[in-house]
Parts: sequence; structure tokens; C-alpha cells
Amino acid sequence: MKIIVCVKQVPDAKDVRLDPKTNTLAREGVQSIMNPFDRYALEEGVRLKELYGGTVTVVTMGPPQAAEVLRDAVSCGADDAVLVSDRAFAGADTWATTYTLSQAIRKLGSFDLVICGKQAIDGDTAQVGPGLAQRLDIPYTAFARKVLGCADGIIRLERMMDDGYDEVEMNMPALLTVVKDINEPRVPSLKGKMKAKKLQVVVMSAADIDADPECLGLKGSTTQVVRVFSPEFKAEREMLVGTVDQQVEQLFSKLEPLL
Amino acid sequence: MSDEKKVTILNYFLTEEQQMIVDVARQITEEKIIPQRAELDENEEFPTGILKEMAQADLFGLYIPEEYGGFGGGCFDMVLALEQFAKGCVGIATSFAASALGAYPILISGSDELKQYYMPLIASGEKLAAFGLTEANAGSDASGIQTTAVLVGDEWVLNGTKQWITNAGDASIYSIIAITDRAKGARGASMFVVEDTDPGFSYGVKEKKLGIRASSTRELIFKDCRIPASRLIGRQGTGFFTVMKTLDLSRPGIASLGVGLGQAALDEAVTYAKQRVQFGKPIISFQAVQHILADMAIQLEASRALVYASARHIDNGGNDVSKPSSMCKVMATDMAMKVTTDAVQILGGYGYMREYPVEKMMRDAKILQIYEGTNQIQRNVIGQALNKEYSR
Repeated sequence: MKIIVCVKQVPDAKDVRLDPKTNTLAREGVQSIMNPFDRYALEEGVRLKELYGGTVTVVTMGPPQAAEVLRDAVSCGADDAVLVSDRAFAGADTWATTYTLSQAIRKLGSFDLVICGKQAIDGDTAQVGPGLAQRLDIPYTAFARKVLGCADGIIRLERMMDDGYDEVEMNMPALLTVVKDINEPRVPSLKGKMKAKKLQVVVMSAADIDADPECLGLKGSTTQVVRVFSPEFKAEREMLVGTVDQQVEQLFSKLEPLL
Repeated sequence: MSDEKKVTILNYFLTEEQQMIVDVARQITEEKIIPQRAELDENEEFPTGILKEMAQADLFGLYIPEEYGGFGGGCFDMVLALEQFAKGCVGIATSFAASALGAYPILISGSDELKQYYMPLIASGEKLAAFGLTEANAGSDASGIQTTAVLVGDEWVLNGTKQWITNAGDASIYSIIAITDRAKGARGASMFVVEDTDPGFSYGVKEKKLGIRASSTRELIFKDCRIPASRLIGRQGTGFFTVMKTLDLSRPGIASLGVGLGQAALDEAVTYAKQRVQFGKPIISFQAVQHILADMAIQLEASRALVYASARHIDNGGNDVSKPSSMCKVMATDMAMKVTTDAVQILGGYGYMREYPVEKMMRDAKILQIYEGTNQIQRNVIGQALNKEYSR
């Protein structure tokens, strides 16, 4: 089975700040990590490979330093890695991103499965997985929480819903986005780390993926971020003191008028 | 947990590969061991899932040559991994280390056939190993061994009982010492590989312990246990030699458990001392507290340096490895007992409660001074080595 896992490098959420002047993410001194949901996507890909044989190719779109998450992915079981990187991709929204990724994935030849995390913790749109499936013209299931099995070109899985779960069957090739319930990601292995150290990351530019320049980056984006800002923190803080009963009483007297 | 980006530790000039081992082991400790350690300790539960994570990360093969499916590392690589694991839980680290203790006799003295068969199973973590030496009447005095092995046709027949065997009941591969010719004294013992499925082999009940409660300890009971003749490790009569060589290799690992545990206790103590306010100040501002912490840090770093140096001496094919191996075991495990006790003292009443991790650390520390040769026996080894050295 040929499995493609899409990952994204994101700022570590423990450490996100906005520059108050420019209203952009303050990236200086902020560690970049693999989007946490993508780690589950990768783990699921590696588990399916271990179960059914085949390969896991990890793909990311981003600046050259995004190769770090690819090495991370290889140390955790991916076989090879592709960095889709070009200045022309800068400023892409999810529309332009899915176009770019789909062009790159087409270049990789035939595949059986594309796995993505359900969303990235920076943009939080959850659009790239489903959008990519549309671009590739393959069926998809979002919020997969369990893969029940793959046989005869069909993948069966459970999709998490608010009120339970659906059992879904799709013809492969197909795409799924996964939630954290799907597995428990492994830590890197020593052999994986050795492999990652020596890894030659394949870089694909706009020219390599036969992309239409009009569809790339900011130019190819249908949405634009007008302004990003931190919500101003105005709330005043007050500490309640006294015994627990006294504190509860004070709290109640403050909340009561609001009810 | 020490954040090594913040905490200044000495530069031990690790290679890139060694740093990799540290990083992988630390990640397992932080993400898998620490969140589960209190529960596994409380329930006296064997850490099967965590050992699987260690296996998946290739750590069970750390010290096993590449030709047998391992990573090809040495004593120092094991020391680095064990130190990290012990920062999380000495019980879990012991379960990991005991598999190596069971594998070393085969690696040291076993035939190529035995190595070819057993090492890949142990290196992959598919099977756990264990080491069977201690008996009711044979602890520090190994010559008290009662378990016997008699060659009958093309089978060895084992009879006897091994006591307090780590991983017993959870391991599949056991390296056992038994008397094959009592008249020959120290040359009358031999080592064998016994598998969990061998006829006549069973386990006693699981022991209840003060500490390292996530590790399992049981008796091994041999009643006319029959194993193929090919399971003899090395030549007949070399059992004690193999045991001594095994312990020389494994003791720095136990020492590093002391280092990891000591580091964890220091981390907890300093963190607490900075937060705990008495008399209007964090207690770390009091010299009485600072001096305890300073002594903990001094002993810890000195122990780490000796352990690392000893392990490197062994890996570099140094002579007379017994002495450094014993010295680092004594120093680091006595340190761990002292430092964990001090950590409980710093945390005071909170430290004595199970809600905080230091009481477990203190309970776990004690075994380090006892197992794999008591610290008194280690001092004998060191003393005898000195006597020998100065007679040259």
C-alpha cells in the first residue's frame, strides 16, 4: 500500500505570541513542531504500513526549514519525504494550498491513501484535508477515529460524530483526516533517527509540480487575512479570600445579579 | 523533571549518536513513564506497554551487536538510556535493565548458535530476558547455590529454586546458573538458557516489595526441568566466570539508575524549595535548605562523572573492569539513597505523602544498594582489587 501523509510545521502552541505592533505571529524564539494532529496521521500511516506492507511518504508544504518536520516524521517511521517549497507558494490560503499539494502529490505517482490531521493548530481551518481530496478527485472521510481494515481496494473506518460514530467504507485511493482518538503516536526510534539524519529531502518547486503560477501563493488565494490581533484583555481580577464557604458566598453574591 | 535547556549540566562530550539515545530515552520517560509511574507503582503492575514503546524505539537492542539485530552500542550507551528511564521510574527502568542482565551471559559466553537464535528476539524486544542467580541460601555468597543440572542423554535436567528473580513470569528467556559438579567448587557451576515453555519450569507467587513495584519479582522453580544439551552457555564449569563478567558489565547500569533517580529527586527538591514559602520567603532562600541542595548536587554530579568514566573504561576494553564497575555502583547508589532521603526532607510532610513523587523515589532507591551485589560486596571487590594491584 502506498500511503501519503501530509504534515505541517506549526509554532509550538505552548509558546504562541502575537507581535503587538505588526499583529503577526512572533516567530523569534518560538519552537516549531509538527502539527500535533499530523502526528496521529503519521502514526496511522506507519501502522497501516506495518500491517499491510508498503511505504509511507510524508509531504509538507513550507519554507526550507520545514524539512525539520520531515526528518521528525522519518524518525517516527516514514520512508521518504517531500518538501514542497517555493517562494511563489508564500501567503497561500487553503484554496491555494490544496492546489499546490494536489499538484505535488500527482507528481508522486499512484497512491492508495492520503492521511492528514483533522486540522492544524495554527490556522485551525480543517479545510486542507477535504479540499485536497476534492482537488485529487478522490473520496474522503474527515474525523476518522479508527481504521477497521483495508481489503480489496476498500478502506473501512469509523468517523467520529458529535453523538457517536459512523461506519464508513470508501474505495481507495481515498483521503482521511484523523482525530486524536485514532492511536497513540510512538516516539522516534534510534534507527529512524539515524535514517532521518542521513535523509535527502526531495524538494519540489513550482516548476517541478507543473503549477499554474496564477493559482499559487497569495495570488492564487481567494481569502485574505485583513488583520490579526490579540483580543485585548480587559477583565479585572479579584481574589476571593476566606474559608471555602465564605468564598462561595462571595462568588454567589457577585454572580447573582448577572443571572 | 529537569529541563536540560535550563539546568546546567557538565559537558560529557557525547557523540551525536549518544545524544540521540539520550533524546529518545528522555522522550519515552517524559511522555510515557512519568504519566503512568504512580499508578503502576500503586497497582504493582508490570509496565508491558512502556516496554513495548522502548522496543519500538530500538532501545532493547542498544548493547547487542548489529549482526544480531541490535544497535551495536556498549555499556555507556546503556548507562545513558537507563539514567533517563530512572528519572521517571526505577521500577520500569529495572524491568528494562533486567532483560539486558539476562542477555549478557549469552552474549559473553554463549555459542554463536545461541546468540543467533536468542539475540534478535531480545534486541527487538519481542521477548524479555531475565537472569537467575540468587537462591534462598545463595545471595552475596554465590557458592551456596543448590540448584543442580545433570546431563541425561542429550538433555540437561534442572532441579532447584531461584529466588527474587526480576522479570520472572514476564520474561521468556532465562539465563540460569546451576551446579553441574559440586566437587569442582567454583569451577563446578554452569549457565543455561531456560525458556518459559520448558517442561518442569514454573514460577512462584509475585513478591510484594518496598519499592520498584512496577517491576515483577518471583521465584523460578525447576522440577526435573528438561532442556536440550545445546542450551548450555559456554563450556561446562564456566558459570561463575560468566556471572562475574555479566555483573561487571551490568553494574554501571545500576549505578546510572542511581544517577537518574538522584537527578529526579534533586529536580523535585529544588523546584519545591523555590515555591514553598515559610516565614515569608521561599525556603530555598534559607541556607539550611540551600546547603542540603548543594550537597545533593555535588554528590550527584560526582557520581555521574564516575559512572560515565567507568562505563567508557569498560567500552574501551580497559583492564580490571571489576573495580571501576563496583566503585561507580557503590558511589551512585549510596548517593541515590542519600539524595532521595534529603529530597523527602526538603519537601517535609508533603514529601512523605504519595501525592508527591519523592516518597516513591526514596522507596525505590533502597534496592539499588542491595541488588546486583550489595554495596558491602562491592566494597569487597574493590578492596580485593586494591590488594591485588599493590601486590604486583
